[in-house]
Amino acid sequence: MTAALRFDPIRLPPECEKLRKEVRAFLAEEVAKGTFDPHSPHGGDSDVPGFSRRVGERGWIGMTWPKKYGGHERSFLERYVVTEEMRVANAPTRRFFVADRQSGPVLLKYAPEHIKMDILPRICRGEVCFSIGMSEPNSGSDLFAAKTKATRTDGGFLINGTKIWTSSAQVANYMLGIFRTSSSTKENRRHGLTQFLVDMKTPGIKVNPIGQLTGKAEFNEVVFTDAFVPEDHALGEIDGAWKQATSELAYERSGPERFLETYYVLTELVRALGDKPDTRGAEGVGRLVAQLHTMRRMSVSVAGMLHAGKEPVVEASIVKDIGTIWEQALPQRVRDLAAFVEPDASNHEILDNVLPYAMKVAPKLTIQGGTTEVLRGIIARGLGLR
Amino acid sequence: MAESENIVVETAEKIFSDLADPQTINRDKKGEWKAPLWQALSENGLPLSWVPEECGGSGASLAEGFGVLSAAGRFAIAVPLAETMLAGWLLAQAKIASPEGAMTVAPASPKDRISLNADGTLSGRARGVPFAKDAKHIAVLAHGTSGLSIALVDASACRIEAGLNLASDGSDTVTFNNVTPVAIKPAPKGIDQTSLMLMGAVARSLQIAGALESMLEISVRYAGERVAFEKKISKFQAVQHNLARLAGETAAAMTAASSAADTLANAKNFDDAVFLEATAAKIRCAEAAEKGAAIAHQVHGAIGYTLEHILHRYTMRALAWRDDFGHESHWAVELGKRVAARGADELWPLVASR
Repeated sequence: MTAALRFDPIRLPPECEKLRKEVRAFLAEEVAKGTFDPHSPHGGDSDVPGFSRRVGERGWIGMTWPKKYGGHERSFLERYVVTEEMRVANAPTRRFFVADRQSGPVLLKYAPEHIKMDILPRICRGEVCFSIGMSEPNSGSDLFAAKTKATRTDGGFLINGTKIWTSSAQVANYMLGIFRTSSSTKENRRHGLTQFLVDMKTPGIKVNPIGQLTGKAEFNEVVFTDAFVPEDHALGEIDGAWKQATSELAYERSGPERFLETYYVLTELVRALGDKPDTRGAEGVGRLVAQLHTMRRMSVSVAGMLHAGKEPVVEASIVKDIGTIWEQALPQRVRDLAAFVEPDASNHEILDNVLPYAMKVAPKLTIQGGTTEVLRGIIARGLGLR
Repeated sequence: MAESENIVVETAEKIFSDLADPQTINRDKKGEWKAPLWQALSENGLPLSWVPEECGGSGASLAEGFGVLSAAGRFAIAVPLAETMLAGWLLAQAKIASPEGAMTVAPASPKDRISLNADGTLSGRARGVPFAKDAKHIAVLAHGTSGLSIALVDASACRIEAGLNLASDGSDTVTFNNVTPVAIKPAPKGIDQTSLMLMGAVARSLQIAGALESMLEISVRYAGERVAFEKKISKFQAVQHNLARLAGETAAAMTAASSAADTLANAKNFDDAVFLEATAAKIRCAEAAEKGAAIAHQVHGAIGYTLEHILHRYTMRALAWRDDFGHESHWAVELGKRVAARGADELWPLVASR
């Protein structure tokens, strides 16, 4: 085979199902308390500090990390269950999700011990929010064109420049950013970037929220003017950030959040169609459920391979490519299938409320965290075409 | 797949490599490759993989048999291997011994129904029965007044009108006019027409996924060989992205089919989990066949549209297999109805049940 794609049929072990029940009970409690509204699509995007702390108390942040750093040494598959249940319930995970998924693992791997001991337990307690500083006004998918500089100074670096489209920067305590410490070389245009941990309270950082077409302002322009970052906040190899980026992609790209972002409209379609849908409605739902089921099995399979210590980078990119295109098209399919729902019936009220927001969110899904075009490039490389 | 380490699957792959080389098959207009292939498969007990030894078979596990079907899909072989395996499986459910030679199953569509008459004979019509003309025997699931029966029927006792699927493999109409079966026994509890269709649907899903794996492989290889505008077409981003999409469809089909096979292999009965897995596999593999075959042809251009090139062996079969044991739209409606009956808030618990 040219392309040895592997998607082993992985099943979640019994401990996951026990955990799933606990997570569902916890979320039901939170809903009953009024922490969030499961029928509001805005839930998952919100920052609710009290909720984050209670999730932390349950031990559901940093689940796979060493206990020494506040983690719980549980399996990657257990983390998977928590992630998917939170996402499907529209729980407000903004404060901890990015830190849990990718910032924490980067710190675990590259940060000095005293920083790990300081920050990781706070992530696990649900106290700190991270943002990712990658894109710049003239550098999006082309990460290695980044120009924002980190210049050596006494005891550290001074950062100057602008990051943009930075999600959560308006509430984040820290940023993990990629900054230019040297020029790229002729031989390697990826050379010269270094990953840094930046405390967002540092003087010289200004966060300007950017209004989005949904009416919210959850991504930002972050302007750095002589912002000082201490020497020990440089993570990993100076000028060698490009070596650190790729292995994390499998974690970032294959999770259930990559196909469940608009899931709530499918639930509401089923509600609106009622218990005896017509043939068109039944067929439409059946196909969507078959597609959803297949993606989940692909995603669980990748989680299982990660759990087993493999690096299924191509498989993970495939999951995100197919998953994001599906979740993007889902609101349109749902709109189409709901076209003949009796207008005077009452079971489509929630759908009517949530569908417009899902339509507005849809365009970003194939852009954030690696565009469709970038993913297909990675898959093509995996196939040996590049 | 894990079964590549399995001796049964390895044996099948070896036989296919030796005797079902796609170029050789494609050049052989008389079908002379079929007899030696069938003989080798039979000598190794593969057509009766799912028949226990006491019923005349080789007693392989369901998982091993599914592995053989994936391999058969990768080679897009056109002999009644899957059909004989399914027939043997059905007969074994009623502890009816399997005879030697090729078999097929009837009905092969959820819409058709064969009746068991009061006098013990069978009546009815089954359409789109794969390889009925090539089969010596047919395993039949029949509806009688006191329940379901499983019967072994001599194919020569039936009226068989030859038909062809998209790949020009036999897809025949079998009419039972008061046919007396060779053997007949009541179907055990839990085996009904839906279970037979789901078994067939998973078999076809694995074959489609296998064919897609080969489409991906030969398309990637071709893109690396073909030069246009003074460079390999694999260097064009538009071609790369098409092939990335083909990889995605292949991955989806492989995952859905192997997950369904794994579920069936470990299930005690045809429960909700089996229904979701098997129908989802057939639906998603059929969708992947449509998208994947189109891309494989697009990458190949005109040469892939010729009889001379092997591509059509995979693309037309993957498309044809969609029709057997329930059109994907049929299963989508059935799955949609079940989801609706459970209610909106029970959808996620169903999807996330394992």
